[in-house]
Formats: sequence, C-alpha cells, structure tokens
Amino acid sequence: MSDAAHPNFLRPLRAPAENRGHALDFGPGQPLVLDSGKRLSPFRIAYMTYGTLNATRSNAVLICHAISGDQFVAGTHPVTGKPGWWNNVVGPGKIIDTNRFFVICANVVGGCMGTTGPGEADPATGEPYGLSFPIVTIRDMVRAQAMLIDALGIEQLLCVIGGSMGGMQVLQWAASYPDRVYSAMPLATGARHSAQNIAFHEVGRQAIMADPDWRGGDYALAGVRPAKGLAVARMAAHITYLSEAALQRKFGRELQDRDALSFGFDADFQIESYLRYQGMTFVDRFDANSYLYLTRAMDYFDLAADYGGVLAEAFRGTKSRFCLVSFTSDWLFPTSENKRIAHALNAAGANVSFVEIESDRGHDAFLLDEPELFDTMRGFLGAAAAVKGIG
Amino acid sequence: MNREIPVAGKPPSALRPDLAAIAEMIPPGTRVLDIGCGDGSLLEYLVRSKGVDGRGLELNQHNVNQCVARGLSVVQGDADTDLAEYPSGVFDVVILSQTIQATEKPSYVLRELLRIGKHVIVSFPNFGHWKVRLSLLISGRMPVTKTLGHSWHNTPNIHLCTISDFLELAHEAGAKIEKALALIDNQRTRIMHPNAWGPNIFAEGAIFLLAKK
Repeated sequence: MSDAAHPNFLRPLRAPAENRGHALDFGPGQPLVLDSGKRLSPFRIAYMTYGTLNATRSNAVLICHAISGDQFVAGTHPVTGKPGWWNNVVGPGKIIDTNRFFVICANVVGGCMGTTGPGEADPATGEPYGLSFPIVTIRDMVRAQAMLIDALGIEQLLCVIGGSMGGMQVLQWAASYPDRVYSAMPLATGARHSAQNIAFHEVGRQAIMADPDWRGGDYALAGVRPAKGLAVARMAAHITYLSEAALQRKFGRELQDRDALSFGFDADFQIESYLRYQGMTFVDRFDANSYLYLTRAMDYFDLAADYGGVLAEAFRGTKSRFCLVSFTSDWLFPTSENKRIAHALNAAGANVSFVEIESDRGHDAFLLDEPELFDTMRGFLGAAAAVKGIG
Repeated sequence: MNREIPVAGKPPSALRPDLAAIAEMIPPGTRVLDIGCGDGSLLEYLVRSKGVDGRGLELNQHNVNQCVARGLSVVQGDADTDLAEYPSGVFDVVILSQTIQATEKPSYVLRELLRIGKHVIVSFPNFGHWKVRLSLLISGRMPVTKTLGHSWHNTPNIHLCTISDFLELAHEAGAKIEKALALIDNQRTRIMHPNAWGPNIFAEGAIFLLAKK
C-alpha cells in the first residue's frame, strides 16, 4: 500500500486549484478479493476527508455515495467546478459538522473519479479495462472501503451514512462489519433491488450499448465516447429520481423558449429541455462503462440472499444503532422497502429508528433541503456522538 | 447498558403524573420498549435519567420524527400488526401507556406484550369511574369527560374498559398482577387492591405491572 499524492481523473479539471483529495494504492500483496471469485490487483482508492480525526479515533463518519455521486461531498468539485453533492449537509457547522467529525468519502470500486474502474488502465495491457474489468458488487465496494478504513487506522466508525446505492453500502457495512459500525444511517434505500429497478437499469445499459460509439466497451481506445447512449441512460434514470407531482409542479406542460408547439421533435416542453440538459452534463463527468458496472452492482444486491433468504439474519447480534429514512413520494425505493429493513432489524433485536418523511420530491429528496431529514440526522448523529463523548 | 446518553433528562416531576408513576416502576439500566410512545417524553426521561436502553413504537409519523430528532430510537408502526416481528423475551419491560383502549385487538396485543417483555406495564382510563357512570345515567349520551374528551364518533378509543374488565382480560391472557396503581384526579397515584370495588368507581385511570404467570 502506498499513498499516491493525487488521484488521476479521466476528465480534465475545471477547478484545478481545488482540493483533489487523496489516493491510496494497494499493491500485489493486497488484492481486492471479489464476490465473483476474481481478484482486483493492484487497485487504487481515491478518497476525500474533511475535518480532523480525534486522538481516540472515535469521530470518523464514513459517507457512501450514490451511483452518480463521488468522493467530493463538500466544497468545490475539482473536476466539475460545482459544489459537492452533499455540500448542504457536510461542512463546518453543518449537520455533519466537520468541526466535530472526521468525514471520509471514497469513490467506489468500479467508479470513474480516481478509484480503479473500467476506465482506468489495466496494468496487464496498459490499456483501459473496458469490459475486461471484473463485475463488482456492493459487498466488493464495502470490502475495499474497509481496507481504506484499516489503512487510516480507524477501528470503529461513529456513523456510516448514505442514500440509495450509498444506503445499500451502509447496510452491507452493518452486516459485514457490525463491530466497526457504531451507528448506521441508510437513507432512501432497499436491502434488494426490485424487478422494476433492475428494469430501469437495463433500459439505461441498453441505451449505452446501442450507441455505435460504445464499440463493445472499447471506446476509449478509439478516442470516442458513447455520449448519446449515456445521456439517454441518465435521462431515463433521472425520471425515476423524481415524482409525478414534482414534475408537474416544476414543469407542467410549460413550453421551452417558445410560444407555440413547433410541430416537430425539438424540445418543445420544458421537461424535455431539462432532461436533455441532465443527460448532457452527466456525460461530461461520468464514464459510460462505469455506469454499466455500478448499475449491475445495484441489481445484484440482495442482502438477505447471503443469509439464507432471511434479512434479520444479516443483523443477528448487531450492537449498531440504526436510523432508516424514507420519503413518501420515492417510488424507486419506496417506504415499504425501507420498512422491510426496519422490520428485519426489529426482529434481530437491533436498536432501530425509522422515519418516513413527507415530501413530493421523490427519491432525490435525500439530497435536497428537507428540514425533517436534517432534524432526524442531527438528532441521530448527535445522540451517537453524545454517547461516545464527542464534543 | 450504559451506552445511553449520559446527560440529565427531565426530573420525574416534570412528567405527567401517570408517566412519572410508570417511570418509578422501571429499574435503571433495563431494556425497555414503549409502545405508543407519543412524543417520547417518558422514553427520553427513562433513557437520560435512568440509563435505560429504550426503544419506541409509535403510530403517528410526526411523533416518530420528533422522537428521532430528540435522539431516541423509535420506529413507526402499529401495535395491532407489528408486534409479531419482535423476538420473545428481549425486553425487561414493555410499556403500553394509555394505548390499549385504542387498539383493535386488545387481547392479542396484551398477549404479545407478555411474550415480548419479561414485565408489562399497562395504563388506561377507567370507564367505570363514577363521573363516566353518572354522565351516561343523567344525559343518556356517550360520556365525554376530561379524561375521555372525544365524542363517540371521532374517538380513537374504540375499546374502552373498566378496571374490572381489564382484570378479566389480564387473567385470560395468563398474566399475574405484580402491582396495581389507581390514578386519582389525574394527578396522583395510589396503590390499590384491584379486586376491591372502590377503585373501579373512584379511580380515573389505572396502571398495572404484569408478568406472565
């Protein structure tokens, strides 16, 4: 293991003066053993930290990012030049207060923001992995994070927190390393990916693979990108992150920069223009093959399956405290899926809280300014910190 | 057991008298489940002042959110349907405060409580109180009193009972009574002999500490 000064990024930096974070290299002696039976070696984890680890190493909060997120939680993102994806929650004096907590967020294995993924060079060939990159799972991501936490010398995390795919990682952390997770906060997530969710992911993957520029995954060698396919995948996915009520409220049938219908296939409606913009900007910061791998990792996630089909068994004997949060209008990870986890935790005799928050903003609500979510996080994290004597 | 928050909570005197009486029955450091925990006042007191490992189950989502924001471990759920998921004997004490009369299946709920907890505390308003009896006798209409403030058509209290009724239910559910308190004028409690005729007329409410026979 060696600490590389800066991670490398697949995209040029829009804000080169900003903090690029750290990268940790795991050499041939420390392979990442994958669920598929394959080994990833060597590999690199790119990560960010915020705040300071205290003397007793007890104030570490691990944030697990969602599919389109990365390690740049707060501050300005060096690649996009935009604020980090949870900048409203993480920072000095904010809910996850970096004056009190040492916050860690690592780009997931298979990602495209510096951690080893399909866009990185395969040391065996010197060329980007493409589809020769092994399939990774949520558990593989968590295994890699545990190696990072080991390297940082942290025995137990005060809290592991994340939404959506990040929430899946939180659940996996709690199941795989119960003694290393003092408290866990999975938001807007599920212990398994539903058939409907797999279906939407498959639409996205097919859109990418149907783009002639995808070239069987070897687009990097040809110096092209399946931008159209990835944009369509993002557009389809983005709809699932919202709700009908929110779309109606924000866009309705409003026209975009025009007074009348064009009688053509331009983006007549504001919603079309909005989705096209979402697709376009995503392509600038995300790798198409990474998108294939990360959607697959989510599809494969079924925590109960690893425990004889009984979800409660995943949490048997756990001492971790849990706080689950769902949103009323989230149809991607509806309350019922979150509640299923709460029931399993109850059955395991675990210390669990479950909060459902009224919001019309769909799945994305966990990333937005939701006062009730903030109160819940503050209360839960504050209680954990108080027990641990963190000032 | 000493994992809970080491700061002082409300003194018991700041709790509603019936809740303070319940709190006094609970030994420090025990594992407690409060069903129908409301805004978490009792649970917060138990956790902060008695070092209890406390959990709550509450029907009203807004109340649940408030509890969690206060740092309590509470899940949204329904006593009528969600008790089955709790393992047997995991809690030292299970509390059902002013809730049994609002459940759909009081008998089932009581049996579940006795399964989940080593001890069970149940409190409820006494429908046999003389004011209730008098109100019905004189007005000929469903009683609306200070304790029972709802009209018959909008009350959540669908299964009101008297102290005598509850004793019968407890007996049928295989519970033995370890302690019984009468709630008088909604402000003080007094140890009662549950089988005596007095409490069923003069107590506004009752608190029972039960265990499985």
